[in-house]
Amino acid sequence: MSSTDISLNKDVHHAHDEHDHHHDQNFFEKYIFSQDHKVIAKQFLFAGIFWGFVGGFLSIIFRLQLGWPEATFTFLEPILGNWIVNGKLDPEFYLALVTMHGTIMVFFVLTAGLSGTFSNFLIPLQIGARDMASGFMNMLSFWIFFLASVIMFTSLFIETGPAGGGWTVYPPLSALPQAISGSAMGMTLWLVSMALFIVSQLLGGVNYITTVINLRTKGMSMTKLPLTIWSFFLTAILGLLSFPVLFSAALLLIFDRSFGTSFYLSDIYIAGEALAHTGGSAILFQHLFWFLGHPEVYIVILPTFGIVSEVIATNSRKPIFGYRAMIGSMLGISLLSFVVWAHHMFVTGMNPFLGSVFMFLTLIIAVPSAVKVFNWIATLWRGNIRFTTAMMFAIAFVSLFISGGLTGIILGNSALDIQLHDTYFVIAHFHLVMGAAAFFGMFCGIYHWFPKMFGRMMDEKLGFIHFWLTFLSAYLVFMPMHYIGIAGFPRRYYSWTGFDAFNTFTDLNSFISIAAILGFTAQLIFLFNFIYSIFKGRRATANPWHSNTLEWTTPVNPGHGNWPGEIPTVYRWPYDYSKPGAAEDYIPQNVPFSQTQSSNLPYERDLE
Amino acid sequence: MITFAIGLSIVLLLVILFLLFRIGTLASIFRGSTQRAVGTTKTSNKVNSLLLLLFLIGGGAAFAWSFADSWENMNQPLASVHGAWTDSLFWTTMIVIGIVFVITQILLFWYSYKYQHKDDKRAYYYPHNNKLEIVWTMIPAVVMALLVFAGWKTWANITSAAPADAVVVEVMGKQFSWLVRYPGADGKLGEASVNFIDATNEMGVNFSDPNAMDDFMPREIHVPKGKPVLLKIRSRDVIHSVFLPHFRVKMDAVPGMPTKFWFVPSKTTAEMRTETGNPEFNYEVACTEICGRGHFAMRFILVVDEPEEYEEWLASQTPFIEQNPQLLTKFIHDSKDQVVLEKSAEEVKTEL
Repeated sequence: MSSTDISLNKDVHHAHDEHDHHHDQNFFEKYIFSQDHKVIAKQFLFAGIFWGFVGGFLSIIFRLQLGWPEATFTFLEPILGNWIVNGKLDPEFYLALVTMHGTIMVFFVLTAGLSGTFSNFLIPLQIGARDMASGFMNMLSFWIFFLASVIMFTSLFIETGPAGGGWTVYPPLSALPQAISGSAMGMTLWLVSMALFIVSQLLGGVNYITTVINLRTKGMSMTKLPLTIWSFFLTAILGLLSFPVLFSAALLLIFDRSFGTSFYLSDIYIAGEALAHTGGSAILFQHLFWFLGHPEVYIVILPTFGIVSEVIATNSRKPIFGYRAMIGSMLGISLLSFVVWAHHMFVTGMNPFLGSVFMFLTLIIAVPSAVKVFNWIATLWRGNIRFTTAMMFAIAFVSLFISGGLTGIILGNSALDIQLHDTYFVIAHFHLVMGAAAFFGMFCGIYHWFPKMFGRMMDEKLGFIHFWLTFLSAYLVFMPMHYIGIAGFPRRYYSWTGFDAFNTFTDLNSFISIAAILGFTAQLIFLFNFIYSIFKGRRATANPWHSNTLEWTTPVNPGHGNWPGEIPTVYRWPYDYSKPGAAEDYIPQNVPFSQTQSSNLPYERDLE
Repeated sequence: MITFAIGLSIVLLLVILFLLFRIGTLASIFRGSTQRAVGTTKTSNKVNSLLLLLFLIGGGAAFAWSFADSWENMNQPLASVHGAWTDSLFWTTMIVIGIVFVITQILLFWYSYKYQHKDDKRAYYYPHNNKLEIVWTMIPAVVMALLVFAGWKTWANITSAAPADAVVVEVMGKQFSWLVRYPGADGKLGEASVNFIDATNEMGVNFSDPNAMDDFMPREIHVPKGKPVLLKIRSRDVIHSVFLPHFRVKMDAVPGMPTKFWFVPSKTTAEMRTETGNPEFNYEVACTEICGRGHFAMRFILVVDEPEEYEEWLASQTPFIEQNPQLLTKFIHDSKDQVVLEKSAEEVKTEL
């Protein structure tokens, strides 16, 4: 319930507190500048899907180059213009492709698209609130993100090309247009877009945190919250604490680029002249960047922890195993994520003692992560598993998370990182653990909450085809990359053929590229299913998965305000699945203990 | 014409796929499978759980085969002392995580298959088990502690101070090549600064510094086998990273912040040529930090000699300033003041 009524429409009858009262909203209020969290969630979802296809397409172009370094791609000339000469990609454009692929996927898809969609959609619905604490700020959050998107998208089409210094934009490369053409206008747009993006994230994050703390319905204590809400809550806190640091890093970089300061620049001779910059530290930027950058990978993966926990519990028809341990491990991971950033910097020349400290802190994270995996597997054990598409993605998520997470134990070890740093081993590791896994978590969420979003079901068969092709290609792409990485192949290489040491694995690289193209094509099935089902999908029932959480107590198409009558009161935790003695194999959170006397546990009798 | 034909056949294919999809939907409505709760239909559960099991078996087999098949290419020949430590730590850790990988993946897919939905069955209500949870928190904690200690020991050894008698080689990264300087007979590198860089003096050496007079800049790096080698690394433009894949050496080259890495080569180039059976074999230097257009082409050759050969090679080198005497004119008139100024700056630095 928003306490302040800031409305574009000056109509005085428009009162937010009276949600039963049905007022007419015009098209713009309802679909464009909407303050309804559900509409904003869908806006983030559509934007995220759009960006997902852009980011994926960029990766297909550079995978063509890596898979067939000797080939000429004349068929790409119509779309790439001057970036491709005689069928050969420009090496700087190649770097721009990998840079934009990383930026788009990490920030625009897996941060904004993921948190933006599910935090917005599920927080009010699952805690029992009419809307976000501030619908207006929520709307601003999307539209500032939209502006950031427009600017980032524009940078793809300018003459000097988009930013090309890697998604981590380390200066001096990103600070000096003499060093790479992407550091001219493209980098300026990148920085402006990211600054706006951060503003959007903060507006969203403040809202999520406030809403979870203040607007929970009667009976919804913190220990009765679904794990999704816990994960969104912690994600928002991480974002709120770490994104401002990236903002300051970006700001100082803007100063260095445009106003002649020397925060990051020192002792540089480039393009035939020695620069006047002196006294700056290039490593300072890396510290600031990774102070965000590491929590950022948890900002990407934490929401999917919540989503997957929820989907696995629902479809195994079992309570999530170790609910409190799940919360505890998420708290532990969140806390630790702030003190491990320098494991990205073991070979920057940082003091080796710091390396030892960060190795220790990094490897501790493996413990709560392992607990989560064990708990998910234990939840499956002796379940009665329903293989919905969402469930398939959830199981695959756990598989990918294990595969990618385990190699983190190797990379977090500074002694081993010497050889593996910036090789394809790193690429394989983080693509599995925060790329593929996070995407699978996101798909899992889309398939699971689609009925609540659009009132219709997605087609399950197409979903399975989409799932199997995606799952297969995810492993076929990223598993072989480990081999290439152990051999030391450096990342961000236009071609490896110039080195005797890296002149092998050409077939394997072609194979990876083919698998990547297969995986990308499979997403078209998803796109079709998604769009088709919005309009023509089978009509959903109010609670199609027989789930316990509050969002399924709303009507099939919840209106503005979510519940037509009173907000339901919560009596129990969200995981009472297959409780012995109960008639059904699920008991929604809003069912009082007095109605379930046959299944109440001893300590619950007092609550009857 | 051919593009038109391709386009048309793609459209036709899509139409056919769409029709198949519609037929499938209608058929499932007639079968009545839409009346059941999602995920409880028999065929789809059977098919999916079986596919999960097949994925586990087939995927595991494919992984094992491809791993074995890539084994030769995966392992770069090893040529340094500390590389043997990191390699063995790497494969030890791989075995540890490999065991965890196999167990967890098998349980995940096997449980998914085994506990697929059955109409007459009910899931087991099992919300937590504190004893079990403490056990499986402690086990990874202990394993991690062991790995951390092994890592610490290795890391501390690798990053310890270089022995005083180490062969010093200065490596400088620039867009897009490496430059190398040896200290010459006096064992001391002359001062350098970006302000002295020009087309000839690419490393910006200050030739008014007496220590610089015997410095030489060869076209490839030569180091003796079995002796510690200290790389002094810097960059003059953007960040680069010195990577010697065969020596398990990597260290960033950062403008404004000199870095270092020392190692002991354990095999000469000639020995490695015999071992790999490749008479063309060379140790290579690569760049592993994105640095611009030519990032992928910063190749440099490193040669490991027997100590005697190395001494011969050393003796055959002539100081850079002897090859380029015209450079001296630039330093003669302003040398005195400059040197005093730089010296005092140097002193302040060491005091700090």
